[in-house]
Amino acid sequence: MTSVKMTVNGKSVSGEVEGRTLLVSFLREQAGLTGTHVGCDTSQCGACLVHVNGDAVKSCTMLALEAEGADVATIEGQANADGSLNVIQQAFQDHHGLQCGFCTPGMVMSAAALLKENPKPSESEIRNYLQGNICRCTGYHNIVKAVLAASGQDVGAIAAE
Amino acid sequence: MPKDSGIGASSKRREDVRFLTGAGNYTDDINIRGQAYVHFLRSDVAHGKINGIDTNAAEAMPGVVRIFTGKDFEGIGGLPCGWQVTDRHGEVMQEPPHPVLAQGKVRHVGDPIAAVVADTAEQARDAVEAIEVDLEELPAVINMKEALKEGATKVHDDLTSNLCYDWGFVEENKGAVEEAIQNAAHVTTLELVNNRLVANPMEPRVAVGDFERGTGNSTLYTTSQNPHVIRLLMGAFVLGIPEHKLRVVAPDVGGGFGTKIFHYAEEAFCTFAAKAINRPVKWTSSRSEAFISDAHGRDHVTKIELALDADNNFTAVRTETHANMGAYLSTFAPSVPTWLHGVLMAGNYKTPNIYVNVKAVFTNTVPVDAYRGAGRPEATYQLERVIDKAARELGVDPIALRRQNFITEFPYDTPVAVTYDTGDYGATMDKLEEMADIAGFAERRRQSEAKGKLRGLGINCYIEACGIAPSNLVGQLGARAGLYESATVRVNATGGLVVMTGSHSHGQGHETAFPQVIAEMIGIDESMIEIVHGDTANTPMGMGTYGSRSLAVGGSAMVRAAEKVINKAKKIAAHLMEASDADIELKDGAFSVAGTDKSVAWGDVCLAAYVPHNYPLEDLEPGLEETAFYDPSNFTYPSGAYACEVEVDPDTGKVTIERMMAADDFGNVVNPMIVSGQVHGGLAQGIGQALLENCVYDENGQLLSASYMDYAMPRASDLPNFEVDHSCATPCTHNPLGVKGCGEAGAIGSPPSVVNAVIDALNSGGKDVPHIDMPMSPARVWAAMNRASATGHGTAEGRSLGGASG
Repeated sequence: MTSVKMTVNGKSVSGEVEGRTLLVSFLREQAGLTGTHVGCDTSQCGACLVHVNGDAVKSCTMLALEAEGADVATIEGQANADGSLNVIQQAFQDHHGLQCGFCTPGMVMSAAALLKENPKPSESEIRNYLQGNICRCTGYHNIVKAVLAASGQDVGAIAAE
Repeated sequence: MPKDSGIGASSKRREDVRFLTGAGNYTDDINIRGQAYVHFLRSDVAHGKINGIDTNAAEAMPGVVRIFTGKDFEGIGGLPCGWQVTDRHGEVMQEPPHPVLAQGKVRHVGDPIAAVVADTAEQARDAVEAIEVDLEELPAVINMKEALKEGATKVHDDLTSNLCYDWGFVEENKGAVEEAIQNAAHVTTLELVNNRLVANPMEPRVAVGDFERGTGNSTLYTTSQNPHVIRLLMGAFVLGIPEHKLRVVAPDVGGGFGTKIFHYAEEAFCTFAAKAINRPVKWTSSRSEAFISDAHGRDHVTKIELALDADNNFTAVRTETHANMGAYLSTFAPSVPTWLHGVLMAGNYKTPNIYVNVKAVFTNTVPVDAYRGAGRPEATYQLERVIDKAARELGVDPIALRRQNFITEFPYDTPVAVTYDTGDYGATMDKLEEMADIAGFAERRRQSEAKGKLRGLGINCYIEACGIAPSNLVGQLGARAGLYESATVRVNATGGLVVMTGSHSHGQGHETAFPQVIAEMIGIDESMIEIVHGDTANTPMGMGTYGSRSLAVGGSAMVRAAEKVINKAKKIAAHLMEASDADIELKDGAFSVAGTDKSVAWGDVCLAAYVPHNYPLEDLEPGLEETAFYDPSNFTYPSGAYACEVEVDPDTGKVTIERMMAADDFGNVVNPMIVSGQVHGGLAQGIGQALLENCVYDENGQLLSASYMDYAMPRASDLPNFEVDHSCATPCTHNPLGVKGCGEAGAIGSPPSVVNAVIDALNSGGKDVPHIDMPMSPARVWAAMNRASATGHGTAEGRSLGGASG
């Protein structure tokens, strides 16, 4: 076992991990942040996507020890300071961009990374960027709409419902 | 004006807030103090004899608590099958035992052989690798046609063959159907595959078993669509735990799509092991494990014949289907190719003669059971493909051919035993034609051709039977359960209320939609209503959520319970206002006496019920809480018309969906936003089936598509925006809300329109291709266009039932 320490959502978190412990396992089991989900074991689904030092990272592709000293952001730290939903979260609710909610944390974190990189993405840019996040419920229609809305763009071109 | 609350409003989902902030409570988020972890040793061969299991080395590994093998389960029941089909000769189906851990033999890759329980999940996994199994590999039978041959390897030695049942429906119609086909002016024949799929809810299955020594009570936390059903099946048939000593909790569940209906070995194992070692036991499936242990879906091979008279009226439909059961009978597997498939073969059409034959076959593959639509997508696909082929052969317009044969009068008794209560197939087709802008298609095709692409338009209709189901009917058909639903409405003293429902939400939004109904009935704010579901300890016995039944059956139970509450509340209000019960009206959250200005608020009546100082105690019990069980008198029959426009790249065979349109008749709609979302999701799964997804075994029974690296899940970039409409509404005539159900429609209605569109595109390019099996990968489409042999002219290998092929 090795000690590891990182900042998660602005708070210092430390623990003892095996060399093989994945960042996602550390976040879920030691930091107690169960909002980050595990949907596959081949780094395909994106349910575990978090930000590490500002970059979008599938936390199943990274060992906990590799995140030593890193600044990690998870879904639990995304709401506004007063606890209300942030712009992206609110857009997902407004446009019904989630159903079962399991892929949602990764989807929101991915959307946040996209909008940081590209504040006004086109519909096809959104669809291409989100290829690494699988949703089985929504057919993506309302997720794309939510991301467009979160970026302040008109969603009128996408059907009302 | 759209409403902003109650029935018909697109209320935002209240459950979203917890899901969007990482505060959901999924089963894998549940950890019980002192819990141990199980890892299963699963078979890596499709068929084998277990000559011995040596666990000595594994037992000495760090953290190992106990290792279980089939021996530990010898006195324990097997996993039960919930439906018994009787075949065309009056014989009941062959029903093999399905042990929790393998007994002597393994029958599919993934069949669990042993289980290691250890202090950590990693220790359990490490120790599994140290178990030595003397496994003698036997020949495996994978292909259904091979499995039915005389002398084929048997999946189960104790059965007479690999044939589970040979079902004929309606057997008495067989002769009339043969005659109609012989006398037809035209017969169109098509053989096709309904490709095997894996449901793949994004949350893998999880089970946590807990045993409380002090009380002797067991609790199972599990990823289930129907916790009461799991409690009944596991308690009564597997572990022998009476229901009052067993609690099953299915908290937030991350999607189901059918595959979380069934009772699985891992649930029984964790409940059993928790008692055996006196510690909670947790199992979390990996995705790889899910591929070889979750029940799969579809996997039908069918030959269909459609007979028409000289005026193009449909005169008969005859089908012959092989349906894969896999190695064991999953919970509801036998019902899927029979009662959820055969009874839908009339579709939207007044075909007078129909005969359906289904041979269900055991193979050395993962069990196959219901997946979104379950039997109805298979029925719709056959029928809507063969109609399209007939239209092409006869040179008639595929929409006109359908319209000419539509059922137009309701109720309508089909020749396959069901009665459609209502519908208007012409209306949804009118709506679809408007949405699809068919007049503009020629110009869009011209534009595609200018880019070197082929463009095709495909349409189809569908009907489904939902709201499953009248219990007495399904009992006659072989169901070993009732299929009612329940609700308890508990009003609190301060006027808020809780609805405890036997339905279960795993993405459908019950917590939002159900309060809309109650709010409308009472005239109070939706925020005063809370929905409780997913826990056998605090909900009445209910059958759960599948078959698009939550609102049609569970919602109806809730309405009935709420009506009882309102009736009692009116009596209390009458007492308070010194009026007659019959004169009391409830509107906007207040009771009034008709024709007077007397009024008492909802909250005051609720308070009186629980503080009964001024109360008719001699006539009425205090309190305001009622339960209702609702058993529907018929299925509901959602229907609609779908269209798809594709572009095909003639150089590569790649298909791109350009437009996808759905005009559905769901009857009344409670939350249009949620309903559209359900259709979107179904469309994505239907397009996935048509273009991308395929569950493939090799000839030895190894699953080739066993991860997201090989099983092509639809991604955002694979799909277009969808155009959906549900304004054509013929309300269900037999439930109090007039609702029909919307969860499966998209997955049922979309595959044929995608295939029809691709065939249309190829034909427009001069390629006379009658059929391509799903998924229409670039390789298959290219091969079909170029008459290449590698993929059998674009057909799935081994699909032929031996008859003429299209």
